[in-house]
Amino acid sequence: MKPIFKPGASVIVSNREVDGHKRTPTYIRGKSGVIERFCGSFRNPESLAYGGDGLPRQPLYRVRFLQSHVWPEYQGSFTDTVDIEIYQHWLEPVS
Amino acid sequence: MKRGVHDIGGLPNNQIDQSEHDYALWEKRIDALLVLLASEKQIMRVDELRRGIESLDIDAYNELSYYERWIASIAKILVEKDVITSTELEARMAEISTRKTTS
Repeated sequence: MKPIFKPGASVIVSNREVDGHKRTPTYIRGKSGVIERFCGSFRNPESLAYGGDGLPRQPLYRVRFLQSHVWPEYQGSFTDTVDIEIYQHWLEPVS
Repeated sequence: MKRGVHDIGGLPNNQIDQSEHDYALWEKRIDALLVLLASEKQIMRVDELRRGIESLDIDAYNELSYYERWIASIAKILVEKDVITSTELEARMAEISTRKTTS
């Protein structure tokens, strides 16, 4: 898989139901953030976890979210952020 | 949305114990065992370790300590891959528990 997102692009984390092992925590699904960097492409853990070969490799990004967006009751500064590494197949472009 | 037992980010919970502690020998052994199985022997991957931990039932997950979860998962994956059988594992555990009580 080729990386399709550039740093600075806005993305939304997919909210789809997927059974089994995944590296995308529930609390971040459906939230929108910005691509901070491309981290490289890696074998897909959702396949590796069941003895698969993890191919094709999935592009991995560090995605930056506003804490106040992720946690509606967040008490800290509005500019606080959280970075999460998320695979491309969990990200959708913001039009 | 269906959450795994481990997927608890943002849920209310008790205070987290942040105190540092030394690892017990058995914990170091479990860590070493996983390194051997994953790197040197290439029998299982860390992704499989995680999947095994995530598939523990919620009572086991909450009751077990960090490395107890690891060894429960390692045992499950090794049985799944026919590296060991559950009969062999149970026999060995029974043997060791006898050794402990007689020493």
